[in-house]
Amino acid sequence: MAARLPSMLKDAGLTAFVAAALGIFVVGFRTVDIGRGLTFDYHLVDLAVAVVTIFFGRLGLSLAANGLRWPAMVLGAAMIAAGASPLQLPSGFLHWFVALGGVLLVIRGAWPWANDAMSAAARSPTGVVLGRAGAKWSGWLLLAAAVVMPFTPFGDQKTMDLGVLILTYVMLGWGLNIVVGLAGLLDLGYVAFYAVGAYSYALLSTHYGLGFWTVLPLAGMMAAAFGVMLGFPVLRLRGDYLAIVTLGFGEIIRLVLLNWFDLTNGPAGIGSIPGPTLFGAVFAETAPEGKETVWEMLGIPFSGIHRLIFLYYIILLLALITNLFTQRMRRLPVGRAWEALREDETACRALGINPTNTKLTAFAVGAMFAGFAGSFFAAKQRFISPESFVFIESAIILAIVVLGGMGSQIGVVLAAVLLIGLPEWFRDLGNYRMLTFGLAMVVIMVFRPRGLVAHREPSLRLHPAKPGGGR
Amino acid sequence: MNAPQGPPLIDVEHLTMRFGGLLAVDDVSFVARPHEITAIIGPNGAGKTTVFNCITGFYKPTIGRLTLRGGDRDYLLERMQGHEIGQRAKVARTFQNIRLFPGMTVLENLMVAQHNKLMHASGWSVFGLLGLRRYRKAEEEGVELARGWLERIALIDDADRPAGELPYGAQRRLEIARAMCTEPRLLCLDEPAAGLNPHESAALNQLLVSIRDRDGVGVLLIEHDMSVVMNISDHVVVLDYGRKIAEGPPAEVQRDPAVIRAYLGTDDEAVDG
Repeated sequence: MAARLPSMLKDAGLTAFVAAALGIFVVGFRTVDIGRGLTFDYHLVDLAVAVVTIFFGRLGLSLAANGLRWPAMVLGAAMIAAGASPLQLPSGFLHWFVALGGVLLVIRGAWPWANDAMSAAARSPTGVVLGRAGAKWSGWLLLAAAVVMPFTPFGDQKTMDLGVLILTYVMLGWGLNIVVGLAGLLDLGYVAFYAVGAYSYALLSTHYGLGFWTVLPLAGMMAAAFGVMLGFPVLRLRGDYLAIVTLGFGEIIRLVLLNWFDLTNGPAGIGSIPGPTLFGAVFAETAPEGKETVWEMLGIPFSGIHRLIFLYYIILLLALITNLFTQRMRRLPVGRAWEALREDETACRALGINPTNTKLTAFAVGAMFAGFAGSFFAAKQRFISPESFVFIESAIILAIVVLGGMGSQIGVVLAAVLLIGLPEWFRDLGNYRMLTFGLAMVVIMVFRPRGLVAHREPSLRLHPAKPGGGR
Repeated sequence: MNAPQGPPLIDVEHLTMRFGGLLAVDDVSFVARPHEITAIIGPNGAGKTTVFNCITGFYKPTIGRLTLRGGDRDYLLERMQGHEIGQRAKVARTFQNIRLFPGMTVLENLMVAQHNKLMHASGWSVFGLLGLRRYRKAEEEGVELARGWLERIALIDDADRPAGELPYGAQRRLEIARAMCTEPRLLCLDEPAAGLNPHESAALNQLLVSIRDRDGVGVLLIEHDMSVVMNISDHVVVLDYGRKIAEGPPAEVQRDPAVIRAYLGTDDEAVDG
């Protein structure tokens, strides 16, 4: 092992050099306006600290990768100590940077032990029983938690708002999972169908006075029609080429919404969209003429949070329908054909499966659920504009699907909680919020390259699952 | 050459396939009969796989007519869409480089093969979503068909394993079983014995003979392994440079000077001497 030390040092040196070369322009000096012109403000000490940290960090990683766990962990501990020490570093951020680097090193050093311990625990008799029970009941437990959540002390305004947001993304994730996870069609413009659903409801309700429950199926059908419309031209494309075209499709929809002023009111958006009703009763402090408020109907005092709880249960119901539908479809011939298409399109054709119909149903069904979610979004926000349907939304939904593990339903829930929940909880971090978000994604993909839940449950079995056989 | 007996299953007439300046298949005609194994042999690059791709709809032939005689009507394969040949004319095929659905289980692979039948039973998913008995019964029947094939290819214990995890020889057998689960009239096998050891090769012979005799399916076979070709085929078609150079029962083809010349590259005198 010691023989490799020179090459490790060389590698760490090279990494530090690259960091220095890149950092000198980004961090090294900054232009300052002094009135008469620009001058430079040098931050070379910051840069030096960062480069030294990177040198030791890289060295520690190499040590850990070569089985020298203890030296790596000692190095990490030293970095934590340096970060936490009263040493006067030029900025508070650098303290964090050094300490966090140390924490990562310690984790990396201890990872093999943790991994061994976890797999040993999973193999032990109790672990096997727990694992099987977990696989069987975790979904139901999550569902039960979601159902009772509004009545627990946690169910305050902020948490409920976040719950509605997370569930919206869970539903979108489950919808996209059909297209990307099952049928294997990489769709980067999924938010377009969300937009179609939202605008369908906004326009039909504000112009024709149709209610939420009437428009919901219409919005779904409308989005499904757009799904087929997108599907046709891209039938012959695969992989990267399909991704580019769907990306373009998403942008086209957004630009049309932005510029078709007569219909969509352009960038100003559509306001005063009515919210969903409960048996015809509205959720508003004072009812419009000829209607009654929910509180009048039920004879209970007014409270703003009731509306939020109602929205929460609607999106929970919609998401559950999406999940049930998808689970069922997976066990039907069409669902198996989707998965077969993902695995090998040529073989599908040789078996007499019509790839055109199969792809179009995947696009249509996926788009339909985005349409439902979109019309819920419009009813919840009561105001929509093209701003809400930008590419980053598509990217986040796709990230949820990929991070959760392609095709896994429970993985989507975990990933949505992580990707939507964490940034909201971490608002206190200010500017470093998105940095943490990105870091979390990288860490997950490094340690679980096939997603949080990589296990695929067969759609049907010939033999009952062996005890302890499946994870 | 023996006079052909009975009506043909597939009639290949004047099949020609041209890729730009390359004439891959040049005016090839032959017939394959039901309840027979017809082998297409020839040196590398002779156009065997191209003939297969024309029959199974992966290529559209430049010239020629491919008539498949179904029970009640004839299908002109050169006019059909790729997937319709499997769906309606009921021609199934396997591939030279195995094309299973590796992430799906062995059983699922066989269920996907029954897609059109099950899709119809599930009322294009409507009955299936409602969980009607009609679909459940069809699915059970599908599983029974798959189970029968898994027993025949000795993979019953591996039914719930991902197909990609199986050893090579088992994947070859599974691909044949998957093609048979489409309940075809004609089964086209592209080098099924490639990469098999002698033991596996003998098992394959048995399987193919049972497909011919028990299931009554016509088999069209591309093969380099002469132990397979000579032992089980009823009729052999020999291609070289895209042309048919010989045709007949295996024993006869084996002695044909043109065939020996194509394989060994020697001239007539050397062979005769």
